[in-house]
Amino acid sequence: MKTTTEERGINLGQTIIEKILSAHSNKHVQANEIVVADVDFIMGQDGTSPLAIRAFQEMGGSDVFDPNRVALVIDHSAPSPNEGVSALHKLMREFARAKGVRLYDIGEGVCHQLVPESGMVGPGSLVIGADSHTCTYGALNAFSTGVGSTDLAGGLISGKMWFKVPETIKFVCHGRLPAGVYAKDLILYLIGDVTADGATYMAAEYTGEAIAALSMEGRFTVANMAVEMGAKAGLMEADEKTFAWLARYTDRKFSPVVPDADAHYALVKEYDVSKLEPQVAKPHRVDNVCPVTDVVGTPVQQAVIGTCTNGRLEDLAVAAKILAGRKVHPDVRLIVAPASRRIYLEAIDLGVLQELIKAGAAVVTPGCGPCVGTHNGIPSDGENVISTANRNFKGRMGNSNANIYLASPATVAASALTGKITDPREYIKENI
Amino acid sequence: MELQGKAHKFGNDVNTDYIISGKYKFKTLDMQELAKHVMEDLDPNFYQKINRGDFIVAGTNFGCGSSREQAPLAIKHANIGAVLAKSFARIFYRNAINTGLPVVECNTDLIDSGDELHVDLAEGVIKNKTKGTEIPIKPLPQVMIKILNDGGLASHFKKYGGFNFDQEG
Ligand code: SF4
Repeated sequence: MKTTTEERGINLGQTIIEKILSAHSNKHVQANEIVVADVDFIMGQDGTSPLAIRAFQEMGGSDVFDPNRVALVIDHSAPSPNEGVSALHKLMREFARAKGVRLYDIGEGVCHQLVPESGMVGPGSLVIGADSHTCTYGALNAFSTGVGSTDLAGGLISGKMWFKVPETIKFVCHGRLPAGVYAKDLILYLIGDVTADGATYMAAEYTGEAIAALSMEGRFTVANMAVEMGAKAGLMEADEKTFAWLARYTDRKFSPVVPDADAHYALVKEYDVSKLEPQVAKPHRVDNVCPVTDVVGTPVQQAVIGTCTNGRLEDLAVAAKILAGRKVHPDVRLIVAPASRRIYLEAIDLGVLQELIKAGAAVVTPGCGPCVGTHNGIPSDGENVISTANRNFKGRMGNSNANIYLASPATVAASALTGKITDPREYIKENI
Repeated sequence: MELQGKAHKFGNDVNTDYIISGKYKFKTLDMQELAKHVMEDLDPNFYQKINRGDFIVAGTNFGCGSSREQAPLAIKHANIGAVLAKSFARIFYRNAINTGLPVVECNTDLIDSGDELHVDLAEGVIKNKTKGTEIPIKPLPQVMIKILNDGGLASHFKKYGGFNFDQEG
């Protein structure tokens, strides 16, 4: 795996993010310039929107810049677990009604699945979301990034946002992932390699035949975790798969944004993924990554399949394939949270959920599930959780005395069966 | 802006879940209430140890993790004067400036817990009074100075009705 750093020369070639920021600020920009850019879409969730609404009022906001380009999502604590949260949800519903913006209420799903499904975002779009995993839509060749509540309020009023144009690290992934090894393993491996702050203030571009071979669902998984290496965005080129995926949700036309051949990259990292093993991020850091074989046998008491990282149909289907006709280990609680209502229904139609439920899964409302410790399965002291989520910080799931391991849906399903961390290749001989 | 206080030192990669746990932040907009739980998972008694104007001093990648603005707000309402770190995660950095919490990039290896510090943001220097040393500060981008000077992004918007960075070019 080799690393090359190019010297910055005089060139006008642009990366994907430089092109998108140029198009949205009407000038040719390159890394490190500051721009005020037009925003195509804005999203807020129930952990961040209440503060944004307060900031909106403080700023003297009256109308939002364009109600069709705004969505508020109630997904982090949905349905509400207590009266404090209920009051915040009410505030969001009232704001959405008053401003005429779309509100996704409880049960519709997790924000980072709903925004792509809305069909409002595609190649070349510029999106801000008051949630750090807004970088997910980079899989659609969009520049999307997480901001805080005050930034969100500024965007809601003006339809604009200021950015420092980031430098880009290019990740070139050669080869094909072996059986039992998935997009999640790939991104965990990359994060382990560059570390949790390896791409701070920068954008990531993922390319190479391993990325091209991923399904759109796998690409969302990879883009979703760009922020776990500190990146502002994680972008990919658009191809037939991108356009076929978009065509399921919208008639809107988008033009792909391709990086120039002479674009400047801060760093180019090359990988051959054809021998990659399933990966696990150990407590309490996302970059504390090892091959699953290093931690095989670690007992687990709770297993979680879902979240904006891995709650899509393909993820549920892989888990169902492993669990079909079997039973979850009696000492393990398996919690499944489909990423959206649409996925929930598709998984029912295909019999995927029935298999999971028969195996012993507890299916919870589409949304964030137990990911961030608000409800839906808070672990007890000293327990180990294996989860398909994107963060394993101490206390992340609501108890700082529990340990969280992150892995692919296949690894989580296999571990739920045996009650200990298990190599999914024992169950998966070829990728589905 | 000049600030004075004692250093409370933390390590690298202090994430937003450590700054304020998700189990509190979704419940309330009462920042005073959240402030009581600041850094609780790293130091259960941290809030009690703070004297008004003290500094959180950390290593690299401070504030990584979620986009929750409750993180800088909880720190600010816990009476912390500024956060000093070797580097910050980008969303936290923006949020801190937007909400008026000074964030300072500098070499924090030269500071230990308990050191008395004098931070001069305009001069771009930290005086470590305990050690008798001076530490230079990495300057903020012009846009951020403008927002901080306006008292945060909300006041900037109130003043101009939108983004206005023209003077800075
Ligand atoms: S699923 Fe988890 S990581 Fe994703 S948006 Fe929800 S809380 Fe955040």
